[in-house]
Parts: sequence; structure tokens; C-alpha cells
Amino acid sequence: MAKKIEGYPRYAPGTHVSTKDIVDNKISYTWWEPEVQYSWSLGPAMSKFLQELKKGQLVGRKCRKCRRVLVPPRMFCELCYGPTNEWVDLPDTGMVETFSISYLDADARRIKVPILIGVISIDGAAPLHGFMHYFGEMEPEELHIGMKVKAVWKPKAEREGSITDIKYFKPLKKGGGKK
Amino acid sequence: MKDVAVIGGGMTMFRRRLKETGKELSYLAAKMAMEEAGIEKSDIDMVVMGSAPDAFDGIHQKGENLLDGAAGAGKPYVRVFNGGGTCVFAPIAGWWHVASGVADVALVVAEEKMGSTYPHPQTAFRHIWDPILDRPLNPNLVWLFAMEMNRYMTRYNIKKEDIARVAVKNKRNAVGHPCAQLADPNITVQDVLDSEMMAWPVQRLDISPPSDGAAALVFCSKEKAREFSDDPSWISGVGWNIDSTMWTNRDLVFPQYVANAAKMAYKMARITNPPKQIDFAEPYDPFDYKELHHMEGLMLCKKGEAPTLTREGVTQRDGDLPICPSGGLLGVGNPIAATMGQKVAELHWQLTGKAGKRQIPGDPRVGVAQAWGDIMQMGTVIVMEK
Repeated sequence: MAKKIEGYPRYAPGTHVSTKDIVDNKISYTWWEPEVQYSWSLGPAMSKFLQELKKGQLVGRKCRKCRRVLVPPRMFCELCYGPTNEWVDLPDTGMVETFSISYLDADARRIKVPILIGVISIDGAAPLHGFMHYFGEMEPEELHIGMKVKAVWKPKAEREGSITDIKYFKPLKKGGGKK
Repeated sequence: MKDVAVIGGGMTMFRRRLKETGKELSYLAAKMAMEEAGIEKSDIDMVVMGSAPDAFDGIHQKGENLLDGAAGAGKPYVRVFNGGGTCVFAPIAGWWHVASGVADVALVVAEEKMGSTYPHPQTAFRHIWDPILDRPLNPNLVWLFAMEMNRYMTRYNIKKEDIARVAVKNKRNAVGHPCAQLADPNITVQDVLDSEMMAWPVQRLDISPPSDGAAALVFCSKEKAREFSDDPSWISGVGWNIDSTMWTNRDLVFPQYVANAAKMAYKMARITNPPKQIDFAEPYDPFDYKELHHMEGLMLCKKGEAPTLTREGVTQRDGDLPICPSGGLLGVGNPIAATMGQKVAELHWQLTGKAGKRQIPGDPRVGVAQAWGDIMQMGTVIVMEK
């Protein structure tokens, strides 16, 4: 039998404090800034992928069993759980799978000029296979799912073996952004 | 497997910042749950702690830090963790402690303090992105959800205003919740549509806030439930499932991992027709579109149909299928793991008729709670009955 009571939770314990309370020193607090750095070794799949980016080339890794070209590449296939078999050169074109127009930076600070960001599936790879990147040389309102895009590379001397060796993706054809 | 009852729940208020430490918040929530259950610390055999990324409060191995506040000292104690999924996964771990027979009484405590991170909790979220391909682009976590929301909206041609209705419903539902951070009895769809654009299509009022808070639940065997309680609720099914790490290779339109977790839980609970057999649901709603996405993942409606049900009022507290009667994350707040209070504790209170102003009319008998975590890939599901 359910007890007849006013409702749970019956009270709400806790003490709300505001940023102002902290700034005004109204509550006791302690502060710490971590000083730590990381150096991640990239492994065989991503090392090759990023070295090829430095050359201005996109590559994928083929799983013969699943008949998939994987981008980002990996040395094993998470579906059949066997080793992948060979490197495949891919074009630097693809399709916008999804996107956002962001007025937030990485620390959630507000920015005036929006960042155009999205996921691009790379031509010649398995469906949906691709990565996140920026878009450029287009207006925000041009950007749409299904849009064909092409990579814009940094000048060779500035490339360092990073995903940012691609500056952004632009419309494949001039005016190709039009819906 | 043994039958597992829930005999008590508790939660602190949820706010952007709370004065109490994580340990103190854990204590306050646990004490409230123990009070409802009518148990002492000596009655508790084992303790489960749920807490999400360590990066928020900058205390690694924070299960250890929170231990004393969660009544875990000197007992078998474990922390579980799968991002946002933790708020339903911690109680799943509590369930298996009792279902396996290793514990007769298990206390589950979930804690999160997001207010400690500067300049913003989003700064800590940077640490969960893949370091090789994602982090060099300086991503904000909101981008992920904006991109998923865009794909979902585009595929089914969903209007933004139909998504905004979820935020309005949940913030209004939260008015009856004493712990709520963002309850608003007067909010309108237009308010949501007029709110600040953060990362299109996500606007400020589409998002739940960062919060501090804690929640707790007491799980026990049938024998102990008879001893301690005259109104337990029962766990009838649990499920969990996770999709591939490679999020840029996923479809994002349908949360298959949630459907897989739901199938596992429904099989255990002998549910073959979810919309017919489930009376109400607490799907995870950190963003308004996620409630819709998750209703579809939970198979409470057809794919792409959730916005229509919302528009027609079916998901209101007095509708045919009430969704997030607690006020959800959008209304009550989002201290990641501690949202166990609006999800699983709410199921317990609704099923035992104790939800007060939030009580669903008409004697609900079966409820489902669900959470979502890691990088848009983890589904955790609990089915409960009275």
C-alpha cells in the first residue's frame, strides 16, 4: 500500500553558490591548475594516414572480407574483427553527411564569425566513412547535407602530418553550394 | 537471478554550483534514500558509485575521493562509469549486485560536480575527444549534438518548433520538482526558438545546463524488501549496449545502440509491445531532440514519429504516454551521473505513487528509464514495475 505523502524527493538539500559569491570571497575555495602534457604515439594506421596527408594524399585501409575501405583507416576491422589488408589511395573529394554552424569556441566562449564544421564522407570509401573537418569558401546558408566538397590543402611547406594539413573543404564546383 | 526491489531514493538540489563537496553531496543524497528505505549504514552490504568524466572536478580516481560520503568505507565498493550512460548504468550495477545474490542490500550513489571546472565544463569535455583526428580541430562537444540533431531533422524533415516543444514540456514539468534548476511555468516554444544560437541547429534553450548534484537509490532482495518496505518498486529488465568508437562512420539518424539495449531489457521484462505495455518513460534528454531520438530508440514509437506524438500532446504528463514527467535534464538539471534522480528514482516514485505534484494520473504500472553516453554511442536501459 502506497503511503499518502506530499511527494518525493521530500526536500532538496544543498547550498547554491554563484560565481559572484566566489569572486567576492564569500565562500572558501581552493584553486589548482594542472600542469601536464601528453605525447601520443599514433600507431601504424594513423601514422601512415597523417604522413600521406603531409603529401597531400588521402588514404584508406581496405577490409577485403567486408569489402569496405575504412576512413579513418585502422589495422583491424571492428565488424569482422580480422586484419585489414591493404592501403588504398582516395581522392580528396567527398560529401557532407552532416554539419553545424558554431557560435561557440572550444571553451564555450561566444564567437562572432561562426565556425562551419561537419562530417565528410570521402569518395571511394565505404558509405559514411570519413572524418570531421571545417568548411570554407562558402556562405553558412549554402552548406547542406549531400553537398559535394573538395579539400583545400595547406601549402606543402606548412604541412606537419596533422588533420589540419587540410585547411577546410570547399564546394566541389563553383556555385555547387546552391541548394 | 533474484528479484530486485527499489525501496528508497534521494537527491540533492541541482544548481550550476553547490557549496558542498562531492563527498558531502553524496552523503546528503544517500541519507535521503536510506531514510525512505528505513535502513542504517549497517544494513548496506555493498555500495556502487556512479560518476562521469574525472576531468570535471579534476580529481582522478574520484570514486575513491567520494567513497566516505557514499557509505562505502569498509564495504565492497566499486565505481562504474560510461559518460552520460552512468545515470542508468550505476543502478544497473546495483541491480546485478543483488540479482546475483552477492548482496542483499546495495546502495547506489551517483555524483557530479561540474561547477568546479574553469572557464567552463566544456573545457573539460575537450579531454574526451579523440586526440589524433578530432582535438586538433578545437572542437566543442555541442558540435557533436548539433551534427546529430541536424541529420535527424533533415532525414525526417522535422521542424525546429516540434523539437522545441520538448524543452517547453520538460521545463514546465520540472515546476513540480523541488530540486529543479531550470523549471519555468511560463516558457513558450517561441522562447526556445528566440534563444541564443549556440551551434546551429542547437540553441541555448535546447540544452540542459551544467550542474552540481547527487542522487542515490537503495536496492534489495525480495526478502529484505518485505522486511524494510511496504511499497517497493521492482526492476524487471536491464540492458546496455555500445556502438563503435568511430563516430564519423555512424549513421546518427537512429540510435541503434539504444534499441539494442532496450531489446535486452524488454526481453528480460517480457515486453513485446513497448508502446502498449509501457505506461511512461524517462528517456535521456540532455538536448530536446534527444528525447525524441531516444523515444524512437526505445521503440515507444516508429522512427521519425516522436515529434508528431509530442505535437499532439501524447507525451504530456496527462497524455497517453507521459515522457519525462520529472522535468528531465532540461528542467531539473544535468549533473551527468546524478541525473539518476530524474531517471531511475523518478520511476520508483511514480510507480509507488509518491511523485507528489509530478504524479502521473491513472496508476502507472510499468516505466522505462534510459540514458546515453560516451561519444553518442552508449545506451543504458532499465524497466521497472510496481
